[in-house]
Amino acid sequence: MIQTENLTRKFGNIVAVDRLTIQVAEGEVFGFLGPNGAGKTTTVRMLTSLIGPTSGTAVVNGYRVGQDDINIRRSVGILTETPGMYDGLSAERNLLIYASLYEVKDPAAQVEKYLRMLELWDRRGDPAGAFSKGMKQKLAIARALLHEPRVLFLDEPTAALDPEAAHLVREFIAELRHEGRTIVVCTHNLDEADRLCDRIAVFKTRLLVVDTPARLRSQVFGRKSVFHLRHAAQAVADAVSGLHFVKNAQILDNKLLVTLDDPEANNPDIVRILVGLGADVQFVAELRRSLEDVYLQLIKSA
Amino acid sequence: MHKIKTIILKEWAEVFRNQLVVFSVIFMPLLLTAIPLVMIYTMRDVATSSAGTPLPPQFVLSLPPGLSGGDYFLVYMVSQFMLLFMLTPLMVPVNIAAYSIVGEKTTHSLEPLLATPITTAELLAGKNMAAAIPAVVATWGSFVLFAVGAKIMIPNPAVFAAILDPMWLLAVLVVGPLLAILSVNFSLMVSSRVNDPRVAEQLSAVVMLPLLLIFFGQLAGVLFLNRKLVVLLALGLLAIDVLMVYLAVRLFQRETILTRWR
Repeated sequence: MIQTENLTRKFGNIVAVDRLTIQVAEGEVFGFLGPNGAGKTTTVRMLTSLIGPTSGTAVVNGYRVGQDDINIRRSVGILTETPGMYDGLSAERNLLIYASLYEVKDPAAQVEKYLRMLELWDRRGDPAGAFSKGMKQKLAIARALLHEPRVLFLDEPTAALDPEAAHLVREFIAELRHEGRTIVVCTHNLDEADRLCDRIAVFKTRLLVVDTPARLRSQVFGRKSVFHLRHAAQAVADAVSGLHFVKNAQILDNKLLVTLDDPEANNPDIVRILVGLGADVQFVAELRRSLEDVYLQLIKSA
Repeated sequence: MHKIKTIILKEWAEVFRNQLVVFSVIFMPLLLTAIPLVMIYTMRDVATSSAGTPLPPQFVLSLPPGLSGGDYFLVYMVSQFMLLFMLTPLMVPVNIAAYSIVGEKTTHSLEPLLATPITTAELLAGKNMAAAIPAVVATWGSFVLFAVGAKIMIPNPAVFAAILDPMWLLAVLVVGPLLAILSVNFSLMVSSRVNDPRVAEQLSAVVMLPLLLIFFGQLAGVLFLNRKLVVLLALGLLAIDVLMVYLAVRLFQRETILTRWR
């Protein structure tokens, strides 16, 4: 659905995006993570044909950036970083304007559909300027969806929203995903990226890594099983360390932490050994490092 | 075409919420219409003693014979202020078009607008017409009002015909719209390059200066507008307008506008 090859954008001597090469499959929710100034918004602007690349290529929905720009804009939806509504005009009027510009066949019906879906129908006559941040964001999402694009770019979709509004937006994104739409999300909210995204690209001007959140965790920190024992003794850790599939075993706060490649296959063996040693295994879990830890580690080493 | 129409209606919906714009589109032309009408009203009983008042000879030669000295003087004085009808098509677009691009930049509505399939030419055509149409309607409307008022107040058809010389019909019907296009495109170019709506408005007002120079030049007797000059002015404006439209499209740099203003 989206393919880039060495996509680069410079502003004078400043390289905003450096040789980005990624592929996003149809129906995938793909996250762009990176610090401020990493080039996320610039990348989205190139992929939506708002600005052109300095070099490299990009194909979106089968259309080439820089050659089929009008077709790209017709076929993608974008939620910009700032909603940018016409504050003096009503919510409905705002959407009707965009429905016309996106050449929607039945503008009134389509506007009503999305206003109802986003629970804004009752406020359709109110000026957009009177809306709360969350409502403006929902209105902007409706605007991005009016022409039923198969590819959506959402730049900070839950930024500055209260928890309830953010939750509503995330639920809505999850619904869009079930419809099979391809969604690219730029976000600083790592928990949100973890929950929503199938894969994440971390970049800081250049691409650092692309993978699923689970594989990113294991790549950066490895996988650790945590065995909660009634009494965790060092002898237990020493015994487990000797196993060929165990990379490391240590006791921490009455818990045995074991680093290994395949917990699903090897945890039962470890439990058998612990029980054989007389340890009381209370429960077993995987130590799940947060995506924030992964992200910070990646950015630090970049 | 429907995208252009959408932009025009959107601009009007936004712009006419501003009372200052409404004032400039409705009341300023009315005021500028009232000035020559008041002049006619106060001078309609000018005594024949005014026949001795010296008038520019080229002006007297341009008028039909058989009018009294007072009639000549009335026509002369009213003619000085007819140029005010040319101010409306310059002034109205400044208030609308100056805010056009820079206003969208400040409210961050330009990016989602540019993300639609609208081309730069369609966008600028819509913004052009949104500012030019009210200016032309205000100019023609105020001229019609003036003509009706003058017809009522001037019993002598020859004097009425002298005041509403074909030169002024050409000026209002042809030069007026050309001035509106000039003013709109100048204002759009300024609006695309600056980041403050107030600066855009002030810089755009510069477009009125040439007309004001002509107006005061005429009052001072340095300049005398005649049909030939108006025709030359129309042709010159046509060429300038074509260039201005071209420059406005070229200077509207989507990328620079988006990336320098966040």
